[in-house]
Amino acid sequence: MNSLLDIQALSLGFRTEKGIAKVLDRIDLSVRPGEIVGLVGESGCGKSTLARAILGTLPEGQTEINSGHIRLDGVDMLRGNKEAEHLRGRVVTFVPQDPFASFNPLFRIGTQIQDLMRFKAPRDGSGRFGRSRKADEASAIAMLDAVQLPQPKAILNKYPHQLSGGQRQRVMIAMALLPQPRMIIADEPTTALDVTVQAQILGLLRRLAVERGVSVLFTTHDLGAAWEICDRIVVMYAGQTAEIAPREQFFADPRHPYTRMLLESLPSPGRDPVGIPGGVPSPLKAPDGCRFHPRCPRATEICHESRPALMTGADGHAIACHHPWLAKAEAAHV
Amino acid sequence: MNWLSMVANRLLWFVPTLVGLLAIVFLLSRVIPVDPAVLAAGENASAEQVQQVRERFGFDKPLPVQFVNYLRDIAQGNLGTSLFTQQPIVDDLASRLPATLELTIFAVLIAGLIGIPLGVFCGLHRNSWIDHVLRVVTVSGLAVASFWLAMQLQFLFSMKLGWLPLSGRIEGFPPETVTGLMLVDALIEGDREMIGSALRHIVLPTLTLALPAAATVVRFTRNGVIGVINSPSVAYQTAMGFPRRLIVWKYVLRMALTATVTQLGLIFGILLAGAVVVETVFDWPGLGAYAVRSILQSDYNAVMGFTLCTGALFVFINLLVDMLQAAIDPRGAA
Amino acid sequence: MDLLKRFARDRAAFIGLSLLALLVLAALFAPLLAPFPNDVFDFHIGNRLQPPSGTALFGTDRMGSDIFSRLLFGARITLMLAGIAVGSALIIGVPIGLVAGYYQNWVSDALMRIAEIFLAVPQIVLAIAIAQTLGPSIENVILALSLTYWPFWARLVYAETRSMRNEVFVESAVALGASPWRVIVLHILPNIASPIIVRTSIGMGATILTAATLGFLGLGAPPPTPEWGRMIAESREFLPEAWWYALAPGVAIFLTVLGFNLFGDGLRDILDPRTRRSV
Repeated sequence: MNSLLDIQALSLGFRTEKGIAKVLDRIDLSVRPGEIVGLVGESGCGKSTLARAILGTLPEGQTEINSGHIRLDGVDMLRGNKEAEHLRGRVVTFVPQDPFASFNPLFRIGTQIQDLMRFKAPRDGSGRFGRSRKADEASAIAMLDAVQLPQPKAILNKYPHQLSGGQRQRVMIAMALLPQPRMIIADEPTTALDVTVQAQILGLLRRLAVERGVSVLFTTHDLGAAWEICDRIVVMYAGQTAEIAPREQFFADPRHPYTRMLLESLPSPGRDPVGIPGGVPSPLKAPDGCRFHPRCPRATEICHESRPALMTGADGHAIACHHPWLAKAEAAHV
Repeated sequence: MNWLSMVANRLLWFVPTLVGLLAIVFLLSRVIPVDPAVLAAGENASAEQVQQVRERFGFDKPLPVQFVNYLRDIAQGNLGTSLFTQQPIVDDLASRLPATLELTIFAVLIAGLIGIPLGVFCGLHRNSWIDHVLRVVTVSGLAVASFWLAMQLQFLFSMKLGWLPLSGRIEGFPPETVTGLMLVDALIEGDREMIGSALRHIVLPTLTLALPAAATVVRFTRNGVIGVINSPSVAYQTAMGFPRRLIVWKYVLRMALTATVTQLGLIFGILLAGAVVVETVFDWPGLGAYAVRSILQSDYNAVMGFTLCTGALFVFINLLVDMLQAAIDPRGAA
Repeated sequence: MDLLKRFARDRAAFIGLSLLALLVLAALFAPLLAPFPNDVFDFHIGNRLQPPSGTALFGTDRMGSDIFSRLLFGARITLMLAGIAVGSALIIGVPIGLVAGYYQNWVSDALMRIAEIFLAVPQIVLAIAIAQTLGPSIENVILALSLTYWPFWARLVYAETRSMRNEVFVESAVALGASPWRVIVLHILPNIASPIIVRTSIGMGATILTAATLGFLGLGAPPPTPEWGRMIAESREFLPEAWWYALAPGVAIFLTVLGFNLFGDGLRDILDPRTRRSV
């Protein structure tokens, strides 16, 4: 078992007023140590829910876990409460989508970082008193420096609303790295940022992760962002895994019809925009079998009847489809 | 900078607001169907005596002149003489203010000490049976007429059970006046009987006064907690494995308190309005009872004095609340 | 229809509505429901201060009149008093708030300063002063209540209008050449209607309490008008023996105000989904 994060056959739903929303349907996913995996899909495909499941922030009263498991370094993250708690903030950390809302507006940045370090930073072996406040502060400043924030000491004294969006996200990345985790879950970390800042943040995240050997599970709806920094890409559609492939293969040889249509829908000069006809199904009334079949040009009876299993080839390319494209397509323009 | 300008702004408007208030009450006092001179002179005064009174008090001058004279007097610290007590109104107010303050302060303390923890609890355990029970209790607490509640408490605890006194502040000799707050002065003096008596006398009025305030505090704190508990900042801290007690008692509580502090002005208004009634029923010699008696006896100078005093108090309290809010919430004046 | 279904499912709101229905029925059909309808004015000294019995459900008061009957007629007074007072306060305060919020000029400032002056002291104090000045009668109580309540609405509507003013849809309406009148009535008003409606229900409750307090202090309608607050005041000297005397009108006030509060909360949940109580 050489994967750090191992998700198998995970199905879960939310209880709502109108019935049960089956948001995730037997998801399979793994992340190896040191690799950066991109989780790609449209809004509503369940990628954020998956991230929340790993991080333990699903709404308690409404969540129903039907099957499967999430194992991080061998620990069951769904049910193993105390052990899972121990890992959170230490072995696995989080970079959220909206850095502004994720800070508590009433406390200084420094206070919030300090609390993180107090409980989550690795100790030098001498137990709880292994680190002093001064040492913590020095580490924090060093990390803020590493994420290329000018005047780190001043930033510690500021309140969240006094920083720009890009600065806040850099602080978030710093906080995600301070506990020296083995894995970071970044949930659409650049969606809330200006386009000009997005590339910088993505590049920073990749560089730091690679430097420190930290795995990253990076969710996004932006294929371009995935191309920028991921080693491997996972495509989700309506709560199901569609395709998993290493980066080059993914863009050069997409085999799932949905992936193909996604890549084709990327804007290309000299060509009218192409969309995917139809709409994403609601998790309350998800289609049987392969959930993409109502919109798929290659769908047949079997697609409606049975859900295709995720089959992994020798080249590491996994696909869940009854009628995948097998011929090599022209390289998608990114 | 912001803070200073806010204080300056308030103080600037302080005087015109009070003048406006006084104008209204002044108008009222001269609008009465009875000739103020006749009122002041007494029922059995002869026409001559009434005329003397009229000239002495300046009732024969035109209204605006009377008002200006009155304002000039105030500026010199003279609020006139009470028709009823024949004392300078300033003295009347000064002697009664501590009694009202004592009630109000203790009521606020009780409302806060009981209301905030309950509110936090309800916010955290929304829709639990305790939450439902407390919701019924708080809504009921706000639907009860204070004067009626006061009477029922008197009925039960004084008349039927004989546990607590019917009215007044203390039985026997009062303690040496240090703060003016009888219970505090009794504690300072250290006389057990005195302390016990003061305590027994203050229980019912304080509880009656505190009930609607406590209910309001519970509701606002609960809503404050609910608003925060599902926010992205709490989700972030949960995902990063912050201990639950840290999240709730440091971060959530601060935000919930902010919501409650904004309502402190409202709560103070409730208390002052309640004091009018509670002091009347319990024969508590405070400002509220003074106001009611003055109004009912058409002692208009006293009414104006009271209005001035209360208005000033209100503005002052609101200013304090705003300053407190600015201290808690660094996001700055909206 | 969907709104009504949701409302019916909210138990608290439903109870509130039931209580209010009870109040309205009592008020409307008082002459029919009261066993002794003439006891509003008649008195039977021989029968005074009787405890609750088969004939007098809540006992008799100091004049020997049936408290239950007087209570029912008191419901009429309560409803009318609160209804007119709150209605008048709305009619005065809402337009002032709208205009002041829409035109951000010195007139707005002046109007709001005036409102602030009224709000500088607790409503009850000013109301007592006004009621006392004018003399004890129901009309004067209504006047006192509305005069001290309109500033609250003016300030509320002013704040809401001011924030609405900067919304895109208002700016586009203005840009398209809509007259201020149109913008205010057709665009702004519908959007601030929910907070107003919710607070109206709760305001009815608060007004009833204030009116009862005025009655308690002797400033309301003169005897023998069966005003609930006054009845409680009358009962004071007969405690602790005549325990029923104070109990009935007090409970009546409580249930009425409770009804308005619960109803208001229910309205808030339906009209403003952002502040829903439960998930």
